[in-house]
Amino acid sequence: MKVWQCVVCGFVYDEAAGLPAEGIKPGTAWADIPDNWACPDCGVAKADFEMVEL
Amino acid sequence: MKPIVVLGSGLAGYTLVRELRKLDRSVAITLITRDSGDYYSKPMLSNALAQGKSAGALVITAATDMASQLDFTLLQNTKVSGLDREHKQLQTTSGVIGYDRLVLALGADPIRLPLQGDAADAVVSVNDLADYAKFRGAIESIKQDASHIAILGGGLIGCEFANDLATAGYVVTIIDPATHPLSSLIPEHAGKQLLEPLAVLGVTSRFGVAVQAVNKQSTGYALTLTDGSTLHANLVLSAVGLRPRVDLARSSGLVVNRGIVVDAHMCSSDASIYALGDCAEIEGQVLPYVLPIMHAARALAQVLTGKDVRVDFPAMPVVVKTPAHPIAVLPVARDAIGAWRILANDPEIKLGIKLGFFDAQNLLRGFALTGEYAAERSTMTKKLGESEI
Repeated sequence: MKVWQCVVCGFVYDEAAGLPAEGIKPGTAWADIPDNWACPDCGVAKADFEMVEL
Repeated sequence: MKPIVVLGSGLAGYTLVRELRKLDRSVAITLITRDSGDYYSKPMLSNALAQGKSAGALVITAATDMASQLDFTLLQNTKVSGLDREHKQLQTTSGVIGYDRLVLALGADPIRLPLQGDAADAVVSVNDLADYAKFRGAIESIKQDASHIAILGGGLIGCEFANDLATAGYVVTIIDPATHPLSSLIPEHAGKQLLEPLAVLGVTSRFGVAVQAVNKQSTGYALTLTDGSTLHANLVLSAVGLRPRVDLARSSGLVVNRGIVVDAHMCSSDASIYALGDCAEIEGQVLPYVLPIMHAARALAQVLTGKDVRVDFPAMPVVVKTPAHPIAVLPVARDAIGAWRILANDPEIKLGIKLGFFDAQNLLRGFALTGEYAAERSTMTKKLGESEI
């Protein structure tokens, strides 16, 4: 399980936790999130995320 | 043809250039920045310490790489001294730069409190990456002591820094004359939810008092508060708000209020000059948050390519990154008519609190979600305008 961070606003997506409030189940890999998904904090597209080491 | 000139390399300036390039691959763009122009995420400045990120590690893309990726002319470390609207040119330390259209994405300056004492100038603010690098240097040099950091201001940035610094092992005190944290965003019973989770991390909260004076001591500083008490700190960090940078606009005769006054096309009182981001006042609103900047930048990119597009802001919740107790807010205007109502509050398990702001017709217009309720911000946003929550 990896952790990703939005390069615009710092929003963190933790694959283990998922985003249940957004309909993304815990354990959902980044690769399985649809390409039209956008950061809930700032609205940037999936392509604008990068992986962070946590 | 002269270029579109963008003044500023923050989120507003770079997002505009990125969106503009998506729409027009050939228009000439020049970006002028007073610093290096390296691209970084400003919201991360108040969250980077606990993640172990240095200032350098926060640079996502170097300015020169941005320039080649997005095909613009980059003028780094360039200060602008004048704007000649009649001849459509800027006087800069890199020479006179003509423009076809000019976008002011200048940002905002930290507000400095008028403090007494011989160390008032030693109070630091963190408003950009260079400030952050200095701040990191300063806190690392005091780390050996029982290092105590005083934060002036318990708003969004102050609370985020408090959480970040406390997580990294510093002893933190927040001082704010307001009654509760995040006082400009949320009502008292929501703001106070943050106090205990921060206290658990070792943050002392001093609300209802202000700092009067900062004086030098043999190690660190002595702060004198308005209730007569004193406090020792190794470092004093100010986070009391931002003031839009309007000097260039004002001195060139553009209409300026709190920010540079622009309409829904981000157009100022000069048809060739636009403003965006923290320096702009869009239809009466100064909105210094990520989401409004992204929306305004996208709309302005379309305007600059000749489309008649007005920025249409959706409901834009603000997220306070305090991992000890996360908070999501959809703020309401200070003069909004209506009342806050508690929608959920579980005192047993201390999840936090869920508040809704209802207007005269009993329709949901805003919300404050703390703790685990913060995760409900998308659901709550969808319920705006409804009465059954």
